[in-house]
Amino acid sequence: MADSNSGAVVGVDVGGTFTDLIELDPGSGRVRLAKVASTLDNQAHGVLNALTEAGCDLAALDLIVHGTTTTTNAVLERKLSRTGLITTAGFRDVLELGRRTRPQAYGMKGDFTPLIPRNLRLEVAERMDAAGQVLVPLDEDGLRTAGQQLIDAGCEALVIHFLHAYANPAHEQRAAEILREIWPNDHITMGHALLSESREFERGVTAAVNASVQPLLDRYIRRLTDHLAQGGYDGEVLVMNGNGGMVSASRVALEAAKTVMSGPASGVMAAAYTGRRSGFENLITYDMGGTSTDVALIRGAEPTVSNEIEIEYAMPIHVPMVDVRTVGAGGGSIAQVNPAGLLEVGPESAGAKPGPICYGRGGTRPTISDANLLLGRLDPAGLNAVEGGISIDHVRDIFARDLGAPLGLDATGAAAAVIRMANTKMAGAIRMVSVSLGADPRDFALFAFGGAGPLHATALARELSIPRVLVPARPGITNALGCVVADLRHDFVSTINRPLDVLEPGQLETVFAAQTAEGEALIGKENIEIRGLRRLYSVDMQFQGQTHLLRVPLDRPDVGIETLRELFEAAYFKRFRVALEDIRANVVNANCSVIGARAELDLSTLIDRADRKATLAEAERSRRPVWFAAGDAGGGWHDTPVYWRDHLPEGFAIDGPAIVQQMDTTLLIEPGDRATGDADGNIIVEIGGAA
Amino acid sequence: MSLDPVTLSVIQAGLQQVCDEMDLSFSRAAFSPVIAEANDRSDGIYAAEDGSLIAQGSQGLPVFVGTMQESTRILVDRIRRGITPAPTPGDIYIVNDPYLGGTHLMDVRFAMPFYRDGELFCWLSNTGHWPDTGGAVPGGFSASATAVEQEGLRLPPVRLFKQGELDQEIYAIICSNIRVADQRIGDVKAQAAALLVGEERLNELLDRYGDEIVREAIEELRRRAATQMQAFIADIPDGTYSATAWIDSDGVVNEPLAIRLAVTKADGRLRFDFTGSSAPCAGPMNSVRATTLSAVYLAIRHIFPEVPMSAGAFEPLEVVGIAGTFLDAQYPRPVSGCAAEVSQRIAEAVFAALVAPLPDRVTAAPAGTSGNFALGGHDPARGRDYVMYQISGGGYGGNADHDGLSNGCSTIGISKAPPIEIMEQAYPVLYHRYALHEGSGGAGYHRGGFGLDYEVELRRGAARASFVMDHGRSGPLGALGGADGAVNHVTVWRQGEAYVPPHLSKDQDIPLGPGDRVHVRTPGGGGYGDPFQRPIASVSQDVELGRYTPQQAAELFGVAFTGTPPQVDAAETERLRAGTPAED
Repeated sequence: MADSNSGAVVGVDVGGTFTDLIELDPGSGRVRLAKVASTLDNQAHGVLNALTEAGCDLAALDLIVHGTTTTTNAVLERKLSRTGLITTAGFRDVLELGRRTRPQAYGMKGDFTPLIPRNLRLEVAERMDAAGQVLVPLDEDGLRTAGQQLIDAGCEALVIHFLHAYANPAHEQRAAEILREIWPNDHITMGHALLSESREFERGVTAAVNASVQPLLDRYIRRLTDHLAQGGYDGEVLVMNGNGGMVSASRVALEAAKTVMSGPASGVMAAAYTGRRSGFENLITYDMGGTSTDVALIRGAEPTVSNEIEIEYAMPIHVPMVDVRTVGAGGGSIAQVNPAGLLEVGPESAGAKPGPICYGRGGTRPTISDANLLLGRLDPAGLNAVEGGISIDHVRDIFARDLGAPLGLDATGAAAAVIRMANTKMAGAIRMVSVSLGADPRDFALFAFGGAGPLHATALARELSIPRVLVPARPGITNALGCVVADLRHDFVSTINRPLDVLEPGQLETVFAAQTAEGEALIGKENIEIRGLRRLYSVDMQFQGQTHLLRVPLDRPDVGIETLRELFEAAYFKRFRVALEDIRANVVNANCSVIGARAELDLSTLIDRADRKATLAEAERSRRPVWFAAGDAGGGWHDTPVYWRDHLPEGFAIDGPAIVQQMDTTLLIEPGDRATGDADGNIIVEIGGAA
Repeated sequence: MSLDPVTLSVIQAGLQQVCDEMDLSFSRAAFSPVIAEANDRSDGIYAAEDGSLIAQGSQGLPVFVGTMQESTRILVDRIRRGITPAPTPGDIYIVNDPYLGGTHLMDVRFAMPFYRDGELFCWLSNTGHWPDTGGAVPGGFSASATAVEQEGLRLPPVRLFKQGELDQEIYAIICSNIRVADQRIGDVKAQAAALLVGEERLNELLDRYGDEIVREAIEELRRRAATQMQAFIADIPDGTYSATAWIDSDGVVNEPLAIRLAVTKADGRLRFDFTGSSAPCAGPMNSVRATTLSAVYLAIRHIFPEVPMSAGAFEPLEVVGIAGTFLDAQYPRPVSGCAAEVSQRIAEAVFAALVAPLPDRVTAAPAGTSGNFALGGHDPARGRDYVMYQISGGGYGGNADHDGLSNGCSTIGISKAPPIEIMEQAYPVLYHRYALHEGSGGAGYHRGGFGLDYEVELRRGAARASFVMDHGRSGPLGALGGADGAVNHVTVWRQGEAYVPPHLSKDQDIPLGPGDRVHVRTPGGGGYGDPFQRPIASVSQDVELGRYTPQQAAELFGVAFTGTPPQVDAAETERLRAGTPAED
């Protein structure tokens, strides 16, 4: 068994554009970083390139933790393995019909492609009722015929999904047993296996996602581990799941659906870890990239987890995942003046191609990134690196013509307006996310990362009355860091669905005990040393007659009925400011997360002490004029120092206006704000904290 | 103009966020699943002087896009005329009268005056669909009602909250007249709390930008919304565009009702003239003025979703010719079908009229019915009564970009249908099928989407089935050479005998016993463009997937198939598509 606690650990995250890598060696304190282009057809090449680029010695590594977008991309682009479905007679179209919805509230267009086409969705006679009683026995001959038909049709993976299998899985289990005899591989997913909850569409889609990405993930992981082995690596490879925990490569494909959206989840895990070490246990994470912005909530150093994520229209994946919400705008969001003469920013985006004008890839429409450039927030010198000779005058001309003229502003005024509008929209979206999760943004710190996050974070914090912004040492590789610091984690949801006052004594405790035992057994199977187990308990509750659930965290598994009632009523009042003493409460779900915590990693080495300068003045690289707003109207140019992040001295304090620049991101400190550093190399910006 | 356009844009976004937060708060705290799950509610800000719409939540139910403005407008007018008592701070009015700017009785509006420094600044208002407001049948959709009194309790605007306190006397009257009253207090508090959230957020906005700036911004935004709407409708060439949409019957008299619409584009405005539409009907398929206006607005918003909702956006739209028709019913005409069905048929008429001048934006007609099937009975195994609702979707219309969506939500709604497993947990029923309504998509270059085909059996006890659906007589309209979608079918199997409701899509209190079954097939969407131009590969795929039979493909699309599995017969297809008669 590899001793994963003393040797070097690599986290490598494959994103849509870049593959990021970080190596931490706790023994020597050495840190290696790399950022290379992702190779989306075979992500393993990008991973190997990153290892090479960073100069990692594969033979000397103890552990590699990997975040992959293989499954997410396969689902979103419908590049899936050929998959068949066998389901209850009369219900093969459930996966195509969905829940009678449309993609947007207004507009009667939009279409939907089911994961499994209709000719590969076959029916067999069998039926359970809602209580799990057999009404029609399983037609085993019909089942074999259907299975053979799907094999003959070239299916590589199979879903067996029967109505009410959550109540009684006997038919699904029997069907799997029979079909394993003839199915050419292991890729059989039973509907109840990942999610044992009622709701046939959601459970079916979850199973269909799992089956149709399973062969792809299986092949990819094999290829990757083969490549790594050839390079001399003999340690364990762990893969990130969407719940922010990791699982060994040898078993990850079994529950392949759980890896969907693991990239954003690992960023949030890194935020939780970084924040906890720095004393910020309540965070709103704000990850702004080129095309979109992701937001998540961390309370008590634990990310909010949901088991009802819909990754796109009519594509619910109901397994526990870190609740990361995409709120639209990114650096490439396009600004335009609408026919009413008002400025709009987004939702249209220039994306990565052609991208903002300043990328020089043929973009001709003004974007948020271009506005940041015109206002001096992004380094205009960066344009020199652009092929095709985009000049700042060219960007300025487009702003003056497309936005300035209709708004009655010059190019600078137009750029300032774009930033103001973008920040208003983003602040509103962040507010809606936090309110929908029952949180007041003022009680949180804003954790800014991603390429563009730190550029907007102080303005957003001001807009939302968030007192502090936390910028980690390496904002551009946060997802990879999340891989390095992630724990082993298993989440369980058990449906109770009983009125609180008739809950049997000890019922909750029994459920929690079973969940805990299963989680501990799973963690025990991993070949990874842990420094301790944590168990998180919560219940989902509601007043009778209500459909929405409120999650009530419990600090121990053995709470009495009276305590549950008090906790729920307090949580409900805090959330809705409504007291409903006369209505009975229901306990709907009991949830438990079992977490195998890995060894604490020292993040203070993320910024090399040797690079630090003795004084702030020495860390100053240049000065340039940067435009800052003053309140809700007006603003102006400020002569602004630009500091190099790695050169900032110990114990620095910077009063805005200032810019802190580093390899892959730029932090903007507004006038009136004060930035200081902590032991882990994080920057904390106090909004309005300047002397 | 003293306000810069950027501040305007920022204030517009701020007002929108206030409303979105009210929507969110209302849904999350509500008890009624119709509000909490189906989002059958809406929240907005309305002008102090005339109730005109300032901003409305983006996730409100589409049918409320125009009704709350009418409701607030009438409230303001009644206060001015002394019919309704004037407000004091902390008051919240309740009203559900359909003829006073409403829809059906179940849509209950709250309106709260919003003050700044003791002066009325604007109104905050919301609407929520209550599960029951009394009347002949649970839930309020009585297909055979002939007067509004049979549909439930009707409330004129009265102050349910006075200076922040719930008036227990009014509330007691309400509770004595509705079913499942014990849970309503949760909805009442949620609905009021949403207004209080709006009050708090709006105060923050005003504190930040200043009352005068915001007041100015609201006026300017209204002017600009009108300009923006005009810019969009400028794409429509001047002229008159006509269409007729049909409602199967009113549920009482078995005759179709016509919505005759002539849309005239002239002088940068659109005039919707409904002259010649049917007279007010005996049964509940009447619409009231506010719902008719709202149906036109929501259809336009489906066509131009980019235009933000405000009174200004509606200004270039004029609705005429409804007086004396069933689209402007007066007391005591029954109206329970207005929001769920008539409004969708009005929208269909708008789509059908405007698809010719706006072929890239407008789709062929969507199924356009909420597909309400209600089953009320007694479950002997649990010893209790129940009312089950199965709503269902249908096919959307083909359009310039693609085929129509299958099993889409009603035009006026955004709610999800309940899962079969949940229905079987809660009620003594067993579904035998929940499938695509094969062959139902209207043929076209881009075909319509498919409806739903379900069959459900009563397992135990006695029950009564009721239906409020539509498009049983004629399918959703095809466009630009496309065929109509398939019609809605309802068949009730009682002791092995088929019963088809005389009104096809509407019926009430059909007695059922154990083993009896209800079979519903919902409409497909209209087809768009010439079906004989549809690519042969697309038709072939539809046949391979069992969406159409080879025979249907030949008749509807002129693509012939031979053999098993069916293969395209190229020569015969060419002959069919050329319109050459067969040789023998």
